[in-house]
Amino acid sequence: MPLITFIEHNGTEHSVDVPLGQSLMQAALNHSVPGILGDCGGCCACATCHGYLDADWQDKVPAPADDERELLEVVLDPSVESRLTCQLSMSEALIGAVIRLPESQT
Amino acid sequence: MLDRPINPNNHKKKVSMSLSSASPAGVLIVGTGQAGAEVASALRQGGYDAPITLLGQEPHAPYRRPPLSKDYLAGKAGRDQLYVKPAEFYERQRIELRTGHRAIALDRERQQVRLETGETLAYQNLVLATGGRPRRLQVPGSEADNLHYIRTLDDIDRLRGDFRAGAHLLVVGGGYIGLETAAVAIEHGLRVTLLESAGRLLERVAAPQLSAFYQQLHEQRGVRVLTGAQLLGFEGGRRIQIARTSAGDLAVDLVVAGIGLQANLELARDAGLEVSDAIHTDAHARTSDPRILAIGDCASFPSVHYQRRLRLESVQNAQEQARTAAATLLGEHKPYDPVPWFWSDQYGHKLQMVGLSQGYQQTVVRGDMASGAFTLFYLRDGQIVSLDSIDRPQDFMLGKRLVAARCPVSAEQLADLQVPLKALLPA
Repeated sequence: MPLITFIEHNGTEHSVDVPLGQSLMQAALNHSVPGILGDCGGCCACATCHGYLDADWQDKVPAPADDERELLEVVLDPSVESRLTCQLSMSEALIGAVIRLPESQT
Repeated sequence: MLDRPINPNNHKKKVSMSLSSASPAGVLIVGTGQAGAEVASALRQGGYDAPITLLGQEPHAPYRRPPLSKDYLAGKAGRDQLYVKPAEFYERQRIELRTGHRAIALDRERQQVRLETGETLAYQNLVLATGGRPRRLQVPGSEADNLHYIRTLDDIDRLRGDFRAGAHLLVVGGGYIGLETAAVAIEHGLRVTLLESAGRLLERVAAPQLSAFYQQLHEQRGVRVLTGAQLLGFEGGRRIQIARTSAGDLAVDLVVAGIGLQANLELARDAGLEVSDAIHTDAHARTSDPRILAIGDCASFPSVHYQRRLRLESVQNAQEQARTAAATLLGEHKPYDPVPWFWSDQYGHKLQMVGLSQGYQQTVVRGDMASGAFTLFYLRDGQIVSLDSIDRPQDFMLGKRLVAARCPVSAEQLADLQVPLKALLPA
């Protein structure tokens, strides 16, 4: 199955299989990746699934919609690579992608 | 400090089906809601190695409740999207998930829980995550097949059978459950009357401006809102046909009541644990018996932030209190004193709330109420105690930090869109 690697802020790596179409937040929750809480269940309401999608994959995903973009403007530890993983669905183009997690989510 | 399990290596044993107490010790969690599921997974994440049993009355694996009155009722989300974890998660994490089992008695001396079947389960530590049940209507005629409550997946599946375009739905209760149900019903082509006994919608939780906003929103979409109106009874027997109210008789096809939640505390109360309207815990989720913890909708905890005991019905509370309970069981120190937050979706508008507004002295509107995107701040002694934010997610995010910081703010600054909220946070 397609792989995504989540890297905790302390450097611990978690490579997990993600079925196509599944949200990366749900994949992280399914594999108990520390640092992804997903408290609102993935409805783009809480930003507790914030991660940095490595630059190489930024153009492989749709740009953030308005609600995600607005939340990203006020998350702790923002970066140009910031995304909410609940808004990213697994696709062929994302196979091998790396998502690093912010310090605020430790 | 809690006792650590004495037999951390016997997790592969099967739970005994006899009436003996030969079941493995470890942690027994009663309740498969989000709180129960979270404490189980947080324990494993924290390195807890002894057996974990997750026991619940519902026939389903843990699922998210908020979508029930929103996307699930609307048919926009299927069951698979509700489950907190995939089925294989529990096996992989060595969490014994036992659904469809009701715990009926707690023997604290023997450290056992007895099930309806007669089976007993022993525990080293017990976590009560028993949740709550909807308050039921008491008026004549309330035992009917087309009277529905909203709490479980099965409740919604049952409601669906009556939830047909053109049908006349009476919603009893103008709280969030009632309002969300009314919104989905309108979008589904039902005709909707909403009955609220108080003088306005959301009276218990929100300021009059917000009540007025939601009343107008619902009326614009076609809901007939009757406030200050009492339900007197139903007629029609098993199928309610007439609802008698102080505002007149209504011909109805189905009724949904959303009039509050009652904590499931009988197991704790009957075992002599300290309870009131909820199971009392300390900041570490421990009940008056330190081997037993309680979390989620069924528990109340001492809030330093609000300086009183709180029982919260929310996902935030279920998850964060569960993480505190897991920390306690792991011998860590993670006192629970949250800034509560909630959300509600109606007609495509996202309402996000932070804090509790009780005791506020003043409200301030940021944004334009007429445009439907605004935030209502509740102030007390020059600090923000809570806020209701509609379609302004940034206000919600920053509001969480503003409420937590308890920093002094002025009403003028809050109302001035030229002043970024970020600037009001302490450096």
